[in-house]
Amino acid sequence: MRVLFKTDYLIDVRWFADRFTMLWYGALLLLLAGAPALMSHYLLGEVSLVLIWLVGGLGMMLLTGFTGQVSLGHAAFVGIGAYAHAYLLKLGVPLLVSMPLAGLLAALVGVMVGIPALRLHGMYLAIATLSMATIVEQVFVRWESVTGGFSGFAMPVPSLFGQALDGPIGFYYLCLCVALGLFAFAVNLLRAPTGRAWIALRDSEIAAQSMGVHLASAKVSAFALSAFYCGIMGALFAHKVGFLAPDAFSPTLSIQLLMLVLVGGMGSLHGAVFGAVFIVMLPTGLSFVRDWLPQSIARQPSLEVGLYGLLLAMFVLFEPLGINGRWEKIKYFFSVFPMYKRATFVRQKAYMRSERLR
Amino acid sequence: MTFFSVSGLGMSFGGNKVVDRVGFEVSQGEVFALIGPNGAGKTTIFNLISRIYDATEGVLTFRDQDITRVPAHRVARLGIARTFQNIELFENATLLRNLLVGRHVHSRSNLLSDGLFTRGVRDAELRHREKVEDVIDFLDLQRFRDKPIRDLPYGVRKVTEIARALCMEPALILLDEPSSGLNPEETEDLAFWIHDITKLRGITVLLVEHDMRLVSEVSDTVLAINSGRMLAIGKPDEVLNDPEVARAYLGA
Amino acid sequence: MTEVLQLLIAGLATGCVYGLVALGFVLIYKAAEVVNFAQGDMLMLGAFLALTFITSLELGFWLGTLCAVLVMAAIGWIIDAAIVRRVIGQPQFATVMLTIGVGMMLRCAASIIWGPDTRTLASPFNAGMWSIAGAPVSTTYVSIIAGTVILCAGLFAFFRFTRIGVAMQAASQNQLAAYIMGMPVKRLLSAVWALAAAVSTVAGVLVAPVSLIDPNMGSIALRALAAAVLGGFGSIFGALVGGAIVGIAELFAAAYVEEALRDVVPHLILLLVLVLRPQGLFGAVGRKKV
Repeated sequence: MRVLFKTDYLIDVRWFADRFTMLWYGALLLLLAGAPALMSHYLLGEVSLVLIWLVGGLGMMLLTGFTGQVSLGHAAFVGIGAYAHAYLLKLGVPLLVSMPLAGLLAALVGVMVGIPALRLHGMYLAIATLSMATIVEQVFVRWESVTGGFSGFAMPVPSLFGQALDGPIGFYYLCLCVALGLFAFAVNLLRAPTGRAWIALRDSEIAAQSMGVHLASAKVSAFALSAFYCGIMGALFAHKVGFLAPDAFSPTLSIQLLMLVLVGGMGSLHGAVFGAVFIVMLPTGLSFVRDWLPQSIARQPSLEVGLYGLLLAMFVLFEPLGINGRWEKIKYFFSVFPMYKRATFVRQKAYMRSERLR
Repeated sequence: MTFFSVSGLGMSFGGNKVVDRVGFEVSQGEVFALIGPNGAGKTTIFNLISRIYDATEGVLTFRDQDITRVPAHRVARLGIARTFQNIELFENATLLRNLLVGRHVHSRSNLLSDGLFTRGVRDAELRHREKVEDVIDFLDLQRFRDKPIRDLPYGVRKVTEIARALCMEPALILLDEPSSGLNPEETEDLAFWIHDITKLRGITVLLVEHDMRLVSEVSDTVLAINSGRMLAIGKPDEVLNDPEVARAYLGA
Repeated sequence: MTEVLQLLIAGLATGCVYGLVALGFVLIYKAAEVVNFAQGDMLMLGAFLALTFITSLELGFWLGTLCAVLVMAAIGWIIDAAIVRRVIGQPQFATVMLTIGVGMMLRCAASIIWGPDTRTLASPFNAGMWSIAGAPVSTTYVSIIAGTVILCAGLFAFFRFTRIGVAMQAASQNQLAAYIMGMPVKRLLSAVWALAAAVSTVAGVLVAPVSLIDPNMGSIALRALAAAVLGGFGSIFGALVGGAIVGIAELFAAAYVEEALRDVVPHLILLLVLVLRPQGLFGAVGRKKV
């Protein structure tokens, strides 16, 4: 059992509490930086996809996991980011400007959604965001001059400072830098007053208000930031798939983002990472499962939907803290070994607590 | 300057008058207690003062400023802090982080500088931590600093509520039944803390209490309420020995 | 004028279906504070079951529908007892994701059992035309409206006059008090789920002649959600009125403004209601006591 002896308030503020942790993360960073040398182009593409989902997952985690606002419509922001970025690139705007602008546009829509959402709680917010996303999807379909409607929008090749990033390696580094930067930003927010205000908002609105937290600006900023992250995800996603069509930004994408948060582990940034890996590995897992099942079932296209649903239900029922929760439990087991008590994480019986009166 | 005054305060839910023409004045540095049987409207008055509810009539004045329509978070910034009868702590966070939220009124945070964690933000974090540690020392909460609230016993949570309010460095603090759930020893500690809060830290205390011994020990002024209406106001021994008040508690 | 009347009837018919699905939402929400995102998929499953009972097993329309309703009620009960009951007490996010997951599994199951193709279900009221106030109106629409009204009248009587109905209301208003009064709260909740599933099945059977049956027909639920919100998430009457308004608005907007609006109108209505009057037309506002 490693005991951390704190001698300075800075230890609680810094990213890494001790040398040991810092080294581990440093090693991870080296591994990520050197990945192109270690893996095939296909695998590199998969890791890029994980990084892309990570960006969106971070946004979703900040909004749902930390601020406690459930949104069933974040696919809309991914789509706005994707289309905006594509359109700006087509107009000749350089990538480094176009991506943040796309994110900002998504954030702006996020603010427009967040302001009326101030009066909505829990269930009503979820329903409202679902409707909002459906309307936005229709806009994608109908606004053909900008989005190309159903016929789609072919993405130009990304290029940075004149260099074309059309290979998987270049694109990987782009994703890596963006993901790392946004991850750091999120970590910082959570150790600062903004993050604490969000968590206060999630756990007790009334107490948060009495502590001077301006509920409206906290909620709207959470919405705006998560929309920004999802917009950036959209921009990168657009490059990855190469061709934009409105049905890529359907409620299914929103559900996948929520699944990422739930399965990864609500309320932790590591959870976003685990969740992103999970989401990207699902199709692989699915083809595995298909090989096992009898032909008649395996051929069904809706098997994917069924598997998603099953996993969703399983995680809610048996591992509500997600993969991160399981990871923390395993770490705890080893850190107190051999004095681990089996009942440590047994969940208490809970009674229905009415959320109608918040 | 009127430090804090309430005049003609009234609150109706539907047709039900829960608070009826309540008025009183609190001087700076005093301990003012609100007593009354359950359902008398004491917590409602607190909710009106901290602006969780909107009063249907009446005026609230704090430091010569009319705060009757000022939103709750602004009132917190003006210097009014409170604890809650049913604990409203942030269950999933550690005690330390709960107290740090109490410092929110003293932080000027914005999304960008927080995300970039500038020098200013970092120094502010260290300053806030120092202030919070000061309160932790004052209330003897060192052992529980890094424990999540959901793992803490009820008595400790009640004290944490007070700690969080103190971290705001308020001018006026509203304590809603601080001794409920505390054993006699802890209640004695509470009496000392209330004394220190007013005499050492110069914070005015508004108190809702059921424990009459505590009330007579710490209060300077007592107001007795029943069914939303004022019964008696004055020095502790006057009010506590008032036959009207006794009748309200025991039921006529 | 005839066109307006026809649109009105058609809109009312669509609205009735929305209203029934909304009713399912309302029943479960009032009892367990869960928005059952699988409601539409229960409708779909009910329709498929009815199809099997009526066509494959040749039980005829009425007997087949009854069997489908009973089977679906049992399935609804099981969903609550085996799955949803376990997450009582957890934050709403958990239940939202759970019902979404259940819905997805139902869709997959239906697709595996019956295949992904669209099916038809003939209504016993042969697709004829009646004349109402001089306008030709499809009997299918009339049957939908009539069926809904009869069902809702029955439900109203059930909640008002039977012991179980009253017990369900009590359990949904104050769980703890119901427990103390000795009511089997958990079983009552499962009964509510069974009832909601049964109502959805009826809705599915009513709408099948019009919209055809396929595993994705559950998406109707999103629009029914607008109806539920508009009605205030609180009563049979509210759900029906909400449904009627959404159904009629949808058709009129599509006919007189822009065809594309048909898919968007329910969502616009929902957003407007939530922004302007979150408690809907007939709902009540609640406040937390601190």
